[in-house]
Amino acid sequence: MVTLTINGRQHELDVPEQMPLLWALRDVVRLTGTKFGCGIAQCGACTVHLDGEAVRACVTPVSQAQDREITTIEGIADDAVGSRVQRAWLELGVAQCGYCQSGQIMGAAALLKQTASPSDEQIVEAMDGNLCRCGTYSRIRQAIHRAAEHGEESA
Amino acid sequence: MTTHRDTLLLANVSRRHVLKGLAASSALVIAARWSPLLADDEASYGAEAMPHGWVDDPNVFIRIDEDGTVTVVNHRAEMGQGIRTSLVMVAADELGADWQQVKVEQAPGDEETYGNQNTDGSRSMRHAFDPMRRAAAAARTMLEQAAAEQWQVPVDECQAGVHVVIHAASGRELGFGELAAAASQLPVPERDSLTLKPRNEWRYIGRDNVADDVPLAIDGEDIVTGRARYGADIHLDDMRYAVIARPPVYGAQLASVDDSAALEVPGVVRVVEVPGVGQPAGFAPLGGVAVIAENTWAAIQGRDALDIEWDLDAAGDNADYDSDAYREALEQAATAAGRVIRERGDIDAALDQAEQHLEATYYMPHMAQAPIEPPVALARIVDGKAEVWAPVQHPQAAREGIAEQLGIALEDVTVHATLLGGGFGRKSKPDFMLEASYLSQALDGRPVRVQWTREDDLHHAYFHAVSVDRLEAGLDTEGKALGWRHRTLSPSIASLFAPDPEHKQDFELGMGFTTVPFDIPAMRLENPDASAHVRIGWFRAVYNLPHAFAIQSFAAEMAAAAGRDHRDYLLELLGPARQIDPRDVNDSWNYGEDPARYPIDIGRLRGVIERATEAAEWQRERPAGRGLGLAVHHSFAAYAAVVFDVAVNDAGEVTIHSADIAFDCGPQINPERIRSQMEGSCIMGIGIALHSEITAREGRIEQDNFHQFRITRLSHTPHEIRVHLINDDPELALGGVGEPGLPPVAPALCNAIYAATGKRIRRLPVGDQLAG
Ligand code: FES
Ligand code: FES
Repeated sequence: MVTLTINGRQHELDVPEQMPLLWALRDVVRLTGTKFGCGIAQCGACTVHLDGEAVRACVTPVSQAQDREITTIEGIADDAVGSRVQRAWLELGVAQCGYCQSGQIMGAAALLKQTASPSDEQIVEAMDGNLCRCGTYSRIRQAIHRAAEHGEESA
Repeated sequence: MTTHRDTLLLANVSRRHVLKGLAASSALVIAARWSPLLADDEASYGAEAMPHGWVDDPNVFIRIDEDGTVTVVNHRAEMGQGIRTSLVMVAADELGADWQQVKVEQAPGDEETYGNQNTDGSRSMRHAFDPMRRAAAAARTMLEQAAAEQWQVPVDECQAGVHVVIHAASGRELGFGELAAAASQLPVPERDSLTLKPRNEWRYIGRDNVADDVPLAIDGEDIVTGRARYGADIHLDDMRYAVIARPPVYGAQLASVDDSAALEVPGVVRVVEVPGVGQPAGFAPLGGVAVIAENTWAAIQGRDALDIEWDLDAAGDNADYDSDAYREALEQAATAAGRVIRERGDIDAALDQAEQHLEATYYMPHMAQAPIEPPVALARIVDGKAEVWAPVQHPQAAREGIAEQLGIALEDVTVHATLLGGGFGRKSKPDFMLEASYLSQALDGRPVRVQWTREDDLHHAYFHAVSVDRLEAGLDTEGKALGWRHRTLSPSIASLFAPDPEHKQDFELGMGFTTVPFDIPAMRLENPDASAHVRIGWFRAVYNLPHAFAIQSFAAEMAAAAGRDHRDYLLELLGPARQIDPRDVNDSWNYGEDPARYPIDIGRLRGVIERATEAAEWQRERPAGRGLGLAVHHSFAAYAAVVFDVAVNDAGEVTIHSADIAFDCGPQINPERIRSQMEGSCIMGIGIALHSEITAREGRIEQDNFHQFRITRLSHTPHEIRVHLINDDPELALGGVGEPGLPPVAPALCNAIYAATGKRIRRLPVGDQLAG
């Protein structure tokens, strides 16, 4: 048995310790907002937070996620930074197909928690591993700046 | 709040039933039968010519509940282009509905009911705009009639406002919800009795931002909260999870499998052989061995533990396919003449007389569509009826394929289209859905989800055709073009469905090759043979990509050889504004559109060039190491020009400062989404230019995942992408949007690299060609 705390709720899972968190979330807990894109930490679609830090769920065994706060896209609205990111995403119409956007939003929220007002270079550094085949990057960059501005307004 | 959808359905005896009766007839019969409004048009073009044509019955597309909720049925696949939003904008405007009370519902695959659903070819809005407007106008008329009857006043005194019908004389009004039940009892008005709203009454169509300056995006909230449902997000009780080991070479078959280790993996429940069809594969599964498990991870591990022998003899010479050797062979073949596709004047004489003779050979490799959502499908079979959920561009093809595979009637196959996590052509082929239905049948109908991994997606794509294009030009003493010879060589998509024809088909050549818009006295276009060794399929913009890359790069080379400004030279090659009938340049295809309504418009090509270069300040001097590059292309009934401003440093690293994209698709239904398609095309095209390549050795694809098949990242995103939409002219016929922005991107970027460095890129991707 593995115990995971996901979006503030405890879940007991009967899964092997090495099972990647991605598949535990998707197939077992059935939180499907976290996406599969590559399985080897090359696309960022599966990005979730462990104690507020962005990790790739596809290469994180559930054993490493025990005793930590797991936040997924389904829970990010409860976070002030996360909800500002979501708002900025809607204001700028970032998403095209939307498939990569859970991971993009989780990556952006983690960045903004660390760096309230990141430069373009800092955004690239944090987000270059989040791929988007639809090509929404320029709006992602703008939306991160917009979310930072919303943060300043509410500070 | 309870609603009674079924009873409030705007139901009556509809054309739908008649259409069903015509199912066995050809699309043309249906089209001819149902096109009185378009009687002046040829019946063999546009939506008319598509299988199952179009439908404009309000009962099919629009439903109004008692509480006023308007549900619009979207029958096209949503893959990021925004059709679910845009088509609802159209319906809402024509109906007079308020956006806050409008919902969208995704139609299942059922072309007899909805008309053609194959979401491909940048056709959705081009073909659905008019029928959806008519459906909504008919529903509005029925609401007005219902109000008139209730008030006992003449119907022409009743007018729909925003979500209400108003009787101005008495100041009375009734909400759409209050009228829905009565309206549903009325007959659908005759098509030619309908009045469509004038443009100045549109509230949503054509507007970038409404509702508090937030772009309309019907799935926006669901996407940012993780609630949006894609192919792998559907769950059924008792479902199983499958991954499949497929033959590593196109045409290879299973020889033997030892599954003992796989079956020991915890969670693995069964191993099932999947038959393949060999070549040509069409839309059928490639076959292989499926591992069925209790979760995806167990299935993946189980597959890793399979011990498989493949019969490579079945693949014939595909097992020797080496993409480097193939490129060299095509380059060699390009030195000899091929089938003549179009000819004007005496090319040999023109090249002989020329003061300067230029020649260049361009190469574009295979690529994979690689949507971030890999193919995935869930199927179950209950009481002889199959149901499938998948991200699918072409649900009807899936339905037909599954019915044939299972030996059941078309009516007994339901295909639910989820949102697509990107398509780009990959998901117009239902092979992955046929795998799921096959496995469900093998498991006595139990629900099975087949998940493709990224490795599967790259190894077994329907690849973008590799292409070699050889160009020659003769220039006179002033640099003016006297002759143009272009030979294009690529395997054909037709090889997927029939014995390999070994040359490109008219529709493939018609993508910018046959239709090259230059006004040069002597021209000869040839298509020497090339054969296919992997599955070849549609990739966003398809053969326009290599054709535009070669033609637009070569035009820049000609300008440089002539010592002329590239823009001025390009405008001169195009000649004066005029309209060319595609048939006059030997193109019988024209994207399926009527050549009279959709000529090749040189004025519009000139227009996008002028707009993009002006926005980029083309004349302004750039410092050393920095340069501007331009390209233009006409495809999918639209016109696009791109100017890049790039810098290349001593290490050969490319920095893209800006992109100016001028785009003309005629009337702009949802400009905000047109802009996002242009931005996305720009990003995808940068990857095509700089990084993306699929290679094969011994018939096997060498790229496993995104570390090897490289697509554009944030770090190669231009600092600024400026999109300039022009010619929102209601008199023009609607153009495409999803694809036409892509073809000019790679040549514009390579032209910019040339301007910055003097280095000409003729072989894509750029890769490390600029280093050192
Ligand atoms: S699925 Fe985890 S990074 Fe791609
Ligand atoms: S929005 Fe489609 S992959 Fe990013």
